[in-house]
Amino acid sequence: MRVGLLILKRLGAALLTLWLVSLLVFILSSMLPGDAASEMLGQSATPEAVAALRLKLGLDQPLYVRYFQWLFGLMSGHPGQSMISGLPVAEIIGTRLPKSLFLAGLTALVSVPVALTIGIVSAIYRNSFIDRALNVMTLSMVAVPEFLVATLSVLVFAVSLRWLPALTIIPDVADPASIARAYALPVMTLCFVVVAQMARMTRAAVADQLDQPYVEMAVLKGLTKPRVILRHVLPNATGPIVNAVALSLSYLLGGVVIVETVFNYPGVASLIVDAVTSRDMPLLLACTMVFCTAYMVLVLIADVAAILANPRLARS
Amino acid sequence: MAVAVNVSHLKVAARGEGGMPIPIIRDVSFSIKKGEVLALIGESGSGKSTIALSLMGYTRPGLEVVGGRIQVGDQDVLALKSDELRALRGKTVAYVAQSAAASFNPVVRIMDQVIETAVTTQMCTRAVAEAKAIGLFKSLALPNPETLGQRYPHEVSGGQLQRLMAAMALMADPALVIFDEPTTALDVTTQIEVLRAFKAAVKERGVTAVYVSHDLAVVAQIADQIVVLQHGEVREAGQRDQILHEPDADYTQSLMQAAQPEKRVRPSPAKALGTMAPILQIKGMKAGYGKARDGSLQKTVLDNIDLTIEPGRALGIIGESGSGKSTLARVIAGMLPPAAGQVCFYGEVLPPSLRARSRDQLRRIQIVFQNADTAINPAQTVGEVLARPLQFYYGLKGQALTKRVNELLDLIRMPSSSADRLCRKMSGGQKQRVNLARALAAKPDLILCDEVTSALDSVVAAAILDLMAELRHELNLTYVFISHDISAVRAVCDDIMVLYAGTQVEAGQSQAFKSAPYHPYTDLLISSVPQLRRGWLEEARPGSSGAQAQPEDGLCRFLPRCSLKIPGLCDTMPAPRHALTDGRNILCHLDEPSLRAAQLETV
Amino acid sequence: MRKSYSLDAEALPQDGLAVAERAWKSLSISGRVGLVLVIFWLFIAVFGAFLSPYSPSAFVADDVFLPMSAAHWLGSDYLGRDTLSRVLSGTRYTVGLAFFGALLASATGTFLALYAAVSQGVLDEVISRLMDTLISIPSKIFALVLVAVFGASLPLLLLTAAIIYLPGSYRIARALAVNLNSMDYVEVARVRGERKLYIVFHEILPNMLNPMMADFGLRFVFVVLLLSGMSFLGLGVQPPAADLGSLVRENMSGLQDIAPAILAPAIAIATLTIGVNLLIDALPQSGNGKGGH
Repeated sequence: MRVGLLILKRLGAALLTLWLVSLLVFILSSMLPGDAASEMLGQSATPEAVAALRLKLGLDQPLYVRYFQWLFGLMSGHPGQSMISGLPVAEIIGTRLPKSLFLAGLTALVSVPVALTIGIVSAIYRNSFIDRALNVMTLSMVAVPEFLVATLSVLVFAVSLRWLPALTIIPDVADPASIARAYALPVMTLCFVVVAQMARMTRAAVADQLDQPYVEMAVLKGLTKPRVILRHVLPNATGPIVNAVALSLSYLLGGVVIVETVFNYPGVASLIVDAVTSRDMPLLLACTMVFCTAYMVLVLIADVAAILANPRLARS
Repeated sequence: MAVAVNVSHLKVAARGEGGMPIPIIRDVSFSIKKGEVLALIGESGSGKSTIALSLMGYTRPGLEVVGGRIQVGDQDVLALKSDELRALRGKTVAYVAQSAAASFNPVVRIMDQVIETAVTTQMCTRAVAEAKAIGLFKSLALPNPETLGQRYPHEVSGGQLQRLMAAMALMADPALVIFDEPTTALDVTTQIEVLRAFKAAVKERGVTAVYVSHDLAVVAQIADQIVVLQHGEVREAGQRDQILHEPDADYTQSLMQAAQPEKRVRPSPAKALGTMAPILQIKGMKAGYGKARDGSLQKTVLDNIDLTIEPGRALGIIGESGSGKSTLARVIAGMLPPAAGQVCFYGEVLPPSLRARSRDQLRRIQIVFQNADTAINPAQTVGEVLARPLQFYYGLKGQALTKRVNELLDLIRMPSSSADRLCRKMSGGQKQRVNLARALAAKPDLILCDEVTSALDSVVAAAILDLMAELRHELNLTYVFISHDISAVRAVCDDIMVLYAGTQVEAGQSQAFKSAPYHPYTDLLISSVPQLRRGWLEEARPGSSGAQAQPEDGLCRFLPRCSLKIPGLCDTMPAPRHALTDGRNILCHLDEPSLRAAQLETV
Repeated sequence: MRKSYSLDAEALPQDGLAVAERAWKSLSISGRVGLVLVIFWLFIAVFGAFLSPYSPSAFVADDVFLPMSAAHWLGSDYLGRDTLSRVLSGTRYTVGLAFFGALLASATGTFLALYAAVSQGVLDEVISRLMDTLISIPSKIFALVLVAVFGASLPLLLLTAAIIYLPGSYRIARALAVNLNSMDYVEVARVRGERKLYIVFHEILPNMLNPMMADFGLRFVFVVLLLSGMSFLGLGVQPPAADLGSLVRENMSGLQDIAPAILAPAIAIATLTIGVNLLIDALPQSGNGKGGH
């Protein structure tokens, strides 16, 4: 019972935060010098034309009115029109979002098993040579910016070896081989940082459990090492590991911005870069909210995992 | 009798910086006959747990056995390969850990953990193992033995978990059981029950055991042989009675002395100054946490507390964890404003909160916390710690400041050169002295000591108690001495107050606490403190750490655990406070003759 | 006030070298590698301009994307400028922005956290809630929004980095401060009657410095990653100024030839951030020191 209440509380806090985020980014966007009307009509427009457009766009309304109009639009799925293309923002994002989600899903599918293996192995063989080697490796991997990984992997796999295409063109037919070929480089780039981050957090979570007295007790009971790990350590580490996985996946949100741009991939993240370059505020705001929502969902999963991991809470 | 265990010239080392081995155990030898219990006794850092674990061919990370031989039965433990070690552990040698609460896996049912070794090694079927476990639960006097195993560890009390862990160890009828400080984490009233259960199970099954402890009095009850360790070396070894009655080594003698604080001679307390107002007076005080809307407390920690201290006397406040004794110190110091009642200092009402008290009022009452590790800023030197109150209250600087700091160091028997040392680099005993000296720096009238010795080893703690007694004499101080240890309190204090669940169940002069009658809780507390003589465990009255549920407001709080309760009276009427002939007052329905009769009959 | 007893400070100079030697010996091999890299890049950032063989903006080479040679140690870039000189000057932008951005974030975070932890109550609530909101915007996205609105001049980039990494610093500092604020020695100071300011600066802050220094190092790496990424997108440092990320971007066309003009800044960024990470990882962490047995 208490668990349900706690999770509800977290959900409430997440929604509150999301609302505050919307307020913050809206206020920030309104601080842009010049407004949408003059921006859309260009410098040669007459003041009358600008004023007319302002009226049409509702820009003469006070800030809070515009905020609530935007917020209710956002919640009902109509966050305005792009200032550049004139298309509804919802429609633009609608065609792009599935592509980004597919990329993210593919990355998660590859990175989670790899990272968990690295993390658990290095925790079990703590302070051994393999652990220290993996530590230096992951430590270095998290320190390299995604654009370098992307650039260097293009250099190696597309330019030198000529195995893979440098740009990602989504194949028309969805056969696994062509998908694998098309997605190999962007997924590899995204995995690079995410795997390292996830492996480090997993190692910490498992190592934390290995320090608990009940593990020493299990060893002193004469249990085999696989049994100590599978029966005693992992069930206790599941919550912390899920927590680590969810938090590390949030690194994807930054990574896709670079990766989609480098590989010219038509997702939401490259959209956001275009929106910044063209100062297309309605589009930028909506994309930002998509990213923040994704982030909040991951953090919420992490929180819930941490709550469920506590046996005192979960079973009372 | 056959020798069951033989340890010869055991050496264990820690891998230090740069690969240099640091000796932890230097050449330890002993042997145990079949069916005997051998106690390894020593203070923290003596290596007693390390030796015990090495009997299972196990060392904690960072340690390794560098020499010697360990023979358990016909097996050479240190020569075993890893799968042979696994076969040894849990079956030939079993382990009972200090903290059962942490040593049970929190997400696995107790029964599954108890029978795990037996079932996974195909010693017997699950059904047979469960039946055997239930039998062991019964013989360890556990409640509801049939269903207890279905619970999770956090649903069972600490004392019960400790017995469950013993059941787990006994499952495979091991040739040797290791008890590693199994009762240290428990309250004394729980400890006595657990000890009894252990002793009965050990005797009944003729178990060979190693019992690791820092407490001589506990060991006296259960061991046949005693090995006294210090810094990884054997100081003395022999039969129990020989060690207890004719200890040879100086170190053993100092341990014995520390274990019997009452027996040491202390300077007599300073004379009370006659007609002066009491230094501290509290009437009808109530305190707790969380203010509800209507001004009542959400959690009442202390209820209806009265106390008076004359200048120059020492008042001891005793209670178990959760009795509210530390909260009382916080109220007096002004850290927690009381919900009702006032604190009077020399007849003058003190403002309830820190902020409202004047600097001089704050100066005259100083508090010393239990744990010097957290009570002293690790980033400061001893000199800085001691100088601050002098600067703050007296505005001292330069030469005068240095002089006064040196005086303080002299008071706590430390050289003046230690002023430049960082606090985090000092030993526990030294830190506690600095902690005390910081309070003395303010030249207070009253010092509140909150469990000042409970984090220390017994010999170090005894030295601190001696120092406090001397200082009181030298500086004419008044103490409030808070502790869970009734023997320490009886040794240091002139007056005693016993707290149970936030109520004051008994109060009076220390002298009067030497013999029955007592309040039933005080009686339980006193009879639960292990004594050095053998046979104490059998003679002591059965403990009664029963239900934790609190009775309705107003009724006696000790009711659920009381063995003398009068049905129809105690559970319907609040207990009255009445005076005994020797001046103590108790909160109990029973009158003096019936208490005396009940408490004298079994002793 | 403290000086009268800080004899340690006077004892320092003569055995400063010994202290350094002991510190070096206590580092693991990867830690030593990290320390060397960090010192190297700090040196380049501070003195690089004096070592520069050419002006970073002068067109001095005969051709574009030249390979390594005696005249141009790291070849030339896409416009025929000297790559070495451009990397030296780019390092200054990257390290400088990251250093001051991280410093601003860490210092502001620490002081806000101290203020919040000690004052508690409503103010703590408000600051913490605001920080929770800021931290819920993924850093790159937040940077993009800020750049879209305010532009990408150097002071604004620095401020952007500071605002983005401030909440992380705040969280860590607040957890430390709340923890320390409940220590018995702080309680003792309060019972003595000390003022809040004394407690903050004498009892709490000195015990926060070590973990906050490590945190500063991490934030430094974060800012390098963020700003070089922004520059790579063309939304960070704007020409004619160029940080290491800009250098990678502008020389992308040299990728086909595997020109040093693109490899050199790439290696520079990687060795800088990896070096800081290795060093921090090798430091004894007092923050999570679970002594154990």
